[in-house]
Amino acid sequence: MAKITLAKGLNQGLRAAMEADPKVLMMGEDVGKLGGVFRITDGLQKDFGEDRVIDTPLAESGIIGTAVGLAMRGYRPVCEIQFDGFVYPAYDQIVSQVAKIHFRSQGKLKMPIVIRIPFGGGIGAVEHHSESPEAQFAHTPGLKVVACSNPVDGFHMIQQAIASDDPVIFLEPKRQYHADKAELDLSVAPPPLHTSRVVQEGTDLTLLAYGPMVKTCVQSAAAAAEEGRRIEVIDLRTLSPLDLGPVYDSVRKTGHAVVVHEAHVNLGLGAEVASRITEECFYSLEAPVLRVGGFDTPYPPSRIEEDYLPDLDRVLDAVDRSLAY
Amino acid sequence: MTDSVQAQPSGGAADLGAVFGPRPAGAHDAGGPELVQLLTPEGERVEHPEFSFDLDDEAIKGFYRDMVLTRRIDTEATALQRHGELGIWAQLLGQEAAQIGSGRALLPQDFAFPTYREHGVAWCRGVDPLNLLGLFRGVDQGAWNPADNNFGLYTIVIGAQTLHATGYAMGMQRDGVVGTGDADKDGAVVAYFGDGASSQGDVNEAFIYASVFNAPVVFFCQNNQWAISEPIERQSRIPLYRRAAGFGFPGVRVDGNDVLACYAVSQAALKRAREGSGPTFVEAYTYRMGAHTTTDDPTRYRLDEDLEHWKLKDPIARVKAYLSRNGVADDAFYAEVDAEAEAMGEHLREGCRALPDPNPLDIFDHVYAEQTAELATQKEQFAGYLESFEGAHMEGAR
Repeated sequence: MAKITLAKGLNQGLRAAMEADPKVLMMGEDVGKLGGVFRITDGLQKDFGEDRVIDTPLAESGIIGTAVGLAMRGYRPVCEIQFDGFVYPAYDQIVSQVAKIHFRSQGKLKMPIVIRIPFGGGIGAVEHHSESPEAQFAHTPGLKVVACSNPVDGFHMIQQAIASDDPVIFLEPKRQYHADKAELDLSVAPPPLHTSRVVQEGTDLTLLAYGPMVKTCVQSAAAAAEEGRRIEVIDLRTLSPLDLGPVYDSVRKTGHAVVVHEAHVNLGLGAEVASRITEECFYSLEAPVLRVGGFDTPYPPSRIEEDYLPDLDRVLDAVDRSLAY
Repeated sequence: MTDSVQAQPSGGAADLGAVFGPRPAGAHDAGGPELVQLLTPEGERVEHPEFSFDLDDEAIKGFYRDMVLTRRIDTEATALQRHGELGIWAQLLGQEAAQIGSGRALLPQDFAFPTYREHGVAWCRGVDPLNLLGLFRGVDQGAWNPADNNFGLYTIVIGAQTLHATGYAMGMQRDGVVGTGDADKDGAVVAYFGDGASSQGDVNEAFIYASVFNAPVVFFCQNNQWAISEPIERQSRIPLYRRAAGFGFPGVRVDGNDVLACYAVSQAALKRAREGSGPTFVEAYTYRMGAHTTTDDPTRYRLDEDLEHWKLKDPIARVKAYLSRNGVADDAFYAEVDAEAEAMGEHLREGCRALPDPNPLDIFDHVYAEQTAELATQKEQFAGYLESFEGAHMEGAR
């Protein structure tokens, strides 16, 4: 069985989607001959041609705006935004058009557009290359937002997102692209796109994460296990809509929850998750839901990004504080 | 098509002004190719070396009818706003020729992307004018199905639709319906926008995408001289059509109050696009004779003389002068059109008042193509909340 990286999983998923449906297009900067700056679209233009794998002008609003027109013509564009911090020139088209056209037209126009965004930090990059803008999109009705955390999910989730008739913001943890390998077993059917998943079971505390922080949380749980703490880790996977059923089940069992993301804590996904847990599991909670995330500053220069990013120690610190209640 | 590159004078290296030429005087600058005109404000047919009008007088009578009905839609909707039936209305008064001329040049397989003032184009595409009112009454955000008439929904964020138009045109290229030589098959797209929109990044990005991909799109700019209170001088120092040269495709300025010229130029640009020769920029030089919308007060920022000046160039009056002078139309024809306009007025008055308010619970239904559990729950809870008002109906609860 083949072991693949996240980058390879996404690449194979995109290839499978293009093979399955001739209306699927790739669009973005450098996605053609170069295969994208992270090589996620590697080889696709060679095999599917320049009409289906489109190197666009360097204008993000143009990428998304033309994708809207292509979608109206029956295509299923998959747009690559080269880096998280470059999505903002396209923000108006995403928020005012992509997100609202189905609603505006009362369902007459569908927007099956996938907007792939490599997100998060930890790669020693310059400004605008390490951000986590997911809350901006999860706050926008009409968009669906998902984040993959591992190669197998990358392979399946990208295909599911492309098959969706709704616009999907597809977040890819760029520091995981080439980090770990996993076995892709095609005989195992994937769970639906908009579901969260228990990564590892535990009874003492629930750790909630998505994207790059899933790995950090799994490592934190392993470290906590050495002290006899059994921590449950849940990969949220879908950020809008959220799938919190498994989270509520978990918190009712553990009584403790910590939400972890790279994005700033203030008004981040963790705030929404904490609020809903409080509403649904109030009498099960033995401590307030805690959040671990980036500080409420712009992303810092890369030499100190390890101080900014949540890591094993900061997650375990929150675990200690929760359990000490 | 007109080559719009302006010749620059050469000069001494020490004098940069001489090297680069004088700064253009403004967007009204009459330099460059002349305004394309085929029917003078007095109603006289004139010829142009590059653009010709090849339809008969019956077609011109049709244009007259279209313009009178379009103006009636506009005045009726304005009156409905004054009576409180519409929250707001975006008036097209004065832009009838630009919209009917370009709209009638479209073939069924073409697609038009409007901004929010293209009531005349909507008419040409066969959209029931009553459907235009819903958005302004607040009962919907665009009632028609774009696929029914190949006419997009009104787009309020200025210029956003020019990118949608370009993308749609790129889709037509991929569908193999551009440049095949089959007149029934080859199609093109028109992106409507205004002088204010020409400053938007999206419009400039649309020019670039259309240019580099050679997309079959006509950028039809109605330069009505005003972006609410801001005059064209605040958008451009050169005539807008000249911008096209910098993007690598032809630009032409047409008399936007001359329906024959607007038709001829649009037809040529559309033909070029359908044949696979790429985009064209058409600047229909016109004037917004009304206000920006019914909430606007142009007396605060523009002179009455300007309006009086442009009234002499009225797009409908010149066609009527032509029809009458040449004995093409008689009183019976005008009476018939007037009766149609009356009927249109009644259709809009009665239809508008009868437009039902949407059901508040319906707002949850089309946020997504595939409903989410979260929204389904919200809908259910909101329904329960509304029902909780004892004895009060939904209307009472709002």
